[in-house]
Amino acid sequence: MTEITPPEPLAVETAKEAVEVVAPQSPGVVFWTQMKKSPLAIAGGILLVFFYLLAMLAPFVAPYPQEQMDRTKYFHPPQGLHWIHADGHFSVRPYVREERLFDVGSFEYREDPASELPLKFFVRAGPIHILGLIPTSIHLYGVDAPGRVFLLGTDSFGRDVVSRLLYGSQISLTVGIVGIAISFTLGLLLGGIAGYFGGWADTIIMRITELLLSVPSLYLIIALRAVFPVDLPSRQIYLGIVAILAFIGWAGLARVIRGLVLSMRKSDFVTAAEALGFSRLRVIARHVLPNTMSYVIVAATLSIPGYILGEVVLSFLGVGVQEPSASWGNMLNQARSIRALTTFPWLLLVPGTAIFLTVMAFNFLGDGLRDALDPRRVSGGKA
Amino acid sequence: MRTYVLRRVLQTIPLLFGISLITFLLLQLAPGDFLNQMAENPGISAETIEAMRLRFGLDQPWYIQYGIYLKNVILHFDFGESFARHQPVFEVLQDGFNNTLILAGAAAVITWGLAIPLGVLAAVRQHSWVDRTLSLVSFVWLSIPEILAALLLLMLAARTGWFPVGGMRSLDYDDLDALGQFLDILHHLALPALVVGLIPLASRMRQMRGSLLDVLRLDYVTTARAKGLSERVVITKHALRNALNPMITLFGYTLGALVSGSFIVEIIFSWPGLGRITLDAILQQDQYLVMGAVLMASLVLIIGNLIADLLLAVADPRISYD
Repeated sequence: MTEITPPEPLAVETAKEAVEVVAPQSPGVVFWTQMKKSPLAIAGGILLVFFYLLAMLAPFVAPYPQEQMDRTKYFHPPQGLHWIHADGHFSVRPYVREERLFDVGSFEYREDPASELPLKFFVRAGPIHILGLIPTSIHLYGVDAPGRVFLLGTDSFGRDVVSRLLYGSQISLTVGIVGIAISFTLGLLLGGIAGYFGGWADTIIMRITELLLSVPSLYLIIALRAVFPVDLPSRQIYLGIVAILAFIGWAGLARVIRGLVLSMRKSDFVTAAEALGFSRLRVIARHVLPNTMSYVIVAATLSIPGYILGEVVLSFLGVGVQEPSASWGNMLNQARSIRALTTFPWLLLVPGTAIFLTVMAFNFLGDGLRDALDPRRVSGGKA
Repeated sequence: MRTYVLRRVLQTIPLLFGISLITFLLLQLAPGDFLNQMAENPGISAETIEAMRLRFGLDQPWYIQYGIYLKNVILHFDFGESFARHQPVFEVLQDGFNNTLILAGAAAVITWGLAIPLGVLAAVRQHSWVDRTLSLVSFVWLSIPEILAALLLLMLAARTGWFPVGGMRSLDYDDLDALGQFLDILHHLALPALVVGLIPLASRMRQMRGSLLDVLRLDYVTTARAKGLSERVVITKHALRNALNPMITLFGYTLGALVSGSFIVEIIFSWPGLGRITLDAILQQDQYLVMGAVLMASLVLIIGNLIADLLLAVADPRISYD
């Protein structure tokens, strides 16, 4: 439904008199006409494409590896870009100034107005693999060694915040997609079975969802997290978080799908499919569930922020993604102390802005999709 | 109505039973237990640990432990003892629950105190700049997660010193008179309550606006206007009463959401509520405290939903559950 399918040419030329026939619009065309009416949704979609591209290309865009520390640059503030040189002339290529630690106790840095580190693009630096495949040592930007560039500052270990934000987005942004993929598969399948078959399968599945929905979600998430040891390799932690969020997330969706399926079960097209002798699973999977798709797409888009925030909260509390791997949640954790909040505000504002923009983009996109996909506006609870 | 309430209350019992069983199993699946953590402390001898293991019954298989727990809860209303705090779980939770209730109550006042007038304003002045501004702000506001809002306000407190940076009472709380104590708690409460309260504000305001707009389209409102009543009377006396019905239901559902919503805020602002207690208890594997806390939080959610359904029936005579 996402691609534009042009209206099929109608064979009216054969008719002697040219009759003006209004071609019925295909769902794709309807979708795009509706989408164009909500510029916020399109903006949200574009922003998300941009963010996910950045996440994919993180090693290339980031000037440094995520765990590279600089012991002389703890809590380095973000460097400003300058265009006017000391002698007053202007250059298109921006430069940053070197900043030196002025007071060790308070981590106060002073700019050295004489130093100029021109920002260079497509520079050679540490070896990386783009998309995990293409080996290269070219990075999007950097400055000549031994100078360092910290456009968004460094954290308590002297690690570049830009690099951590980019590498962290690989975790934080994919948690939502993978989590949704798992929980929506479960929710569709179990909700479909409950609605279509009814009987004891329905009873069991619905009682389980009631149980899951009766525990406030954060309490359940934290309790589930306690099952795994805290200090696992980051890949396993990542999978654990996704599993937990998906395990909780399917229940709400399953209930809505059950309701939709229940209302569809007696409809003519289902009876027809059954009369054709299709197996019950095939009827569910090929005939009933596709009719719930517009609801599911909207619900999925609107629930992804919840999964992203689930990772953020777990990592923020120190039981999610572990250092030195970066995630937006454990970057926020660095901003937790009063000292960081008063003196090193970029530690909160940088990951905070990233999280806020992502959540907002998903909300805008989901809202636009709802209007575009479903003019009748199927209302339903949060999935 | 009475049978409906009875049925709903009875349904709660197997639900709570299931929740307690799942929580207990999760705690059993978790590696180690409270005493393993204690054993890492060289100051505590192996004999002491062993004695405690016997006293807490942790040497028994899990189903026996769970059985004893259930028996104590049902027969004696005894929720066990917190390992870490050496205090009955019920006492620990009572304090935490009260503190969470204070926070949630203050938050509810903020949410509803702002949502209803702003929603009415937006509906009455539909399509005006007030309406547009409110809808744009609420659209953006919906996307600010609690965790960020809390950290931003904490930053405000830390940088300006206008508000305390956490906790519930000042150090000199005990020396204050009654009014001073009240104001001191209020001072500590302001920011966390603002976060918990402002988060649902945007959607509540939109719902209030939508609800009032629906009612304003109805014939009886036109009749009221045709009678020559002033617009103010039409809205406050006629339209608003009916428009509030759906909001009343939502109020019940938010009760549960408030408990869940205050979890992260309590942790960021060191508010000694149920969320903080639960997190500490889970990290320390304080088994019975976790059980009690999860059960209590779930109970609030379940009761909130029940109240919501009942309030709807009370507010709207068209709905009956019999």
